[in-house]
Amino acid sequence: MSTGTTKLDVIVSDVVPVNELVTRFHFRRRDGELLPTFSGGAHVVVEMRDGERTRLNPYSLMGSPLDTREYTISVRRDDAGRGGSLFMHRQVRPGTEMVVSYPVNLFSLDLRARKHLMLAGGIGITPFMAQTAQLAAEGGNFELHYTCRTASLGTYADLLKERYDRRVRLYHDDRDERVDLDRLLSSQPLGTHLYVCGPSGMIGWVRERAAALGWPPETVHFEHFAAPQPGAPFDVTLALSDKTISVDEQQSLLEAIEAAGVDPPYLCRGGVCGQCETNVISHDGKFIHNDHWLSEEDHRSGCKIMPCVSRFEGRSLVLER
Amino acid sequence: MGITFRKETFRDDFTFRNSPEHIRRFPFPFHEDSYMYAVNIEPHVVGPKGSVLQNLIDVDEHYVAEMQDRALVLAEDPLRCQSLPHMTLAGWDLLELLMEQQALAYPEHFTLARDGDRWRWINRPLGIDDSFTFGDVSTLPYGPMEYITRQSQGDFCILDQRDGNLWMDAGMVTTQADWSLDFDIGMNFFEWHAPVPLAHEKGIFVRALKFLTNIQQGKPARRLNWTMTINPRLDTSPENYHKWGPDRATVTPENVGDKVHLRVELQSFWRLPRSNAIVFPIRCYLIKMDELVMQPKWARRLHRVIRDLPEELATYKGLTRYRATLVEWLSKLDDGSATSPGFGPD
Repeated sequence: MSTGTTKLDVIVSDVVPVNELVTRFHFRRRDGELLPTFSGGAHVVVEMRDGERTRLNPYSLMGSPLDTREYTISVRRDDAGRGGSLFMHRQVRPGTEMVVSYPVNLFSLDLRARKHLMLAGGIGITPFMAQTAQLAAEGGNFELHYTCRTASLGTYADLLKERYDRRVRLYHDDRDERVDLDRLLSSQPLGTHLYVCGPSGMIGWVRERAAALGWPPETVHFEHFAAPQPGAPFDVTLALSDKTISVDEQQSLLEAIEAAGVDPPYLCRGGVCGQCETNVISHDGKFIHNDHWLSEEDHRSGCKIMPCVSRFEGRSLVLER
Repeated sequence: MGITFRKETFRDDFTFRNSPEHIRRFPFPFHEDSYMYAVNIEPHVVGPKGSVLQNLIDVDEHYVAEMQDRALVLAEDPLRCQSLPHMTLAGWDLLELLMEQQALAYPEHFTLARDGDRWRWINRPLGIDDSFTFGDVSTLPYGPMEYITRQSQGDFCILDQRDGNLWMDAGMVTTQADWSLDFDIGMNFFEWHAPVPLAHEKGIFVRALKFLTNIQQGKPARRLNWTMTINPRLDTSPENYHKWGPDRATVTPENVGDKVHLRVELQSFWRLPRSNAIVFPIRCYLIKMDELVMQPKWARRLHRVIRDLPEELATYKGLTRYRATLVEWLSKLDDGSATSPGFGPD
């Protein structure tokens, strides 16, 4: 594949179950060299070759940016997903050879901040693992509020408490513990930046409260975990390359385009970076837009689609690809 | 075989010259007989042997003299080098990039030895041998950006990336074509490009910003830009306009070949790994008309480009005072025959 980022040939050096849903994977370079340095919040796109099918999923790097002997990611098993996480959990073993992209950071720290206030929900903790490691090494000022369903599903909660003690506050859904968000957001020193990563509803809530309480938009940073969703199969005509393709239930439109030998640019594969934006030439049916890139107006117009996460239901769709 | 560094000046007696090899490798910026802005960005990959693209960070015969000129500029005006407080990490990123690239490409001149965060840097042309701790500013005589850019040809701007924009938050700028870091520091991409004519209307900056904010680690990009300078002066800054501005009134038909220089900037763009900032090296190449016209194709093409340049661009590039004299001089070297496509000499 010629587009996207530069690739790294890696070998899985360790697979560590973290809890009943989450497993951690360690990668080293096959040639034994160091991996590229990265910044806290960066992700890599992991290529999963599963028989005939290739999936490319982004995962946040969660190790310390100071240690480039290995990259680590944590994958939450999603039994209703498209199968990428199940592939990682079931098929990837120590010694498996894989390909990952160079790191890309779409959720970087604002290094001007006097304080970094972090809000994590569930598996949204992973980018903060790297960011807190980076900040702690530089003597940076941060505070992490982490909500998980239960203590046993609090991925890395113990480790974070051990590393950073009072700078980490945990909230458990099963004990009805809730972040007192308005109070938290109202009591921060000037120059604080806010970072939020977790389920969509949480991100929306935090952004809405921050705006209502007068936080300038440029101090509020968020990363959506918009994994492509499965859906009904559909057919697409690629006008420029003169091909008609079928997108199956477990495939994203972008993956189906790539499988046909057409390589649109991409970076995040999660509907936020804008790289794979594609013009619609004609359609007869309904779009299922799942991205965070296009405006509502774009969504309504039916003129554009983000093939990494969005789908289509209807009789015909012709794309400018 | 190492580079033979020239002893020369970019001020006062202006002894700067290009050797015959350096004339041939000059990055002539016109691929056709006319010029208009375009988003002429391409991947910054290694180019042909013997070209300025043979190495991604180019060191040439002017290295030592340029570093001496930079030291003179900084002694008179320390504000040519500035780094806002949040940019120190990016400075370390840049130090690593430049040390690694220079040591890799020119092992006879530069050596980098790394043992964890204990580093030793040997720069033979400048007689430097320093051991320091990577990440610890107290172990270097200057901040990391200033330290390494006092030893690297070209200007360097470090652009912080946030809010979907790029911010000029650090830089070393002493060889600039009439712009000022001290004026632009802290500005965003649209603010510092505000004075450029025509390009805004063409939507060029919106597209360029979109491209730049997506530059990936391990995939640098580059473009060429150009202007003209009277006398081989590196420091044509607004701060020193009183020193070089009047030179433009000194061009006569007799001295065009010696005084008028084509000034080409090889601009590259690199994602820095720890800071997620972009570094923007602006490497300046100068060539006097007498040297340039030794390639007949370049002489013909430059004549046509300067003759047909839109008035706004000629004004922006500061050519107005001597444009007619230059075009007249070049016209004698243009027999009207066709030029081959591409940048290189025939």
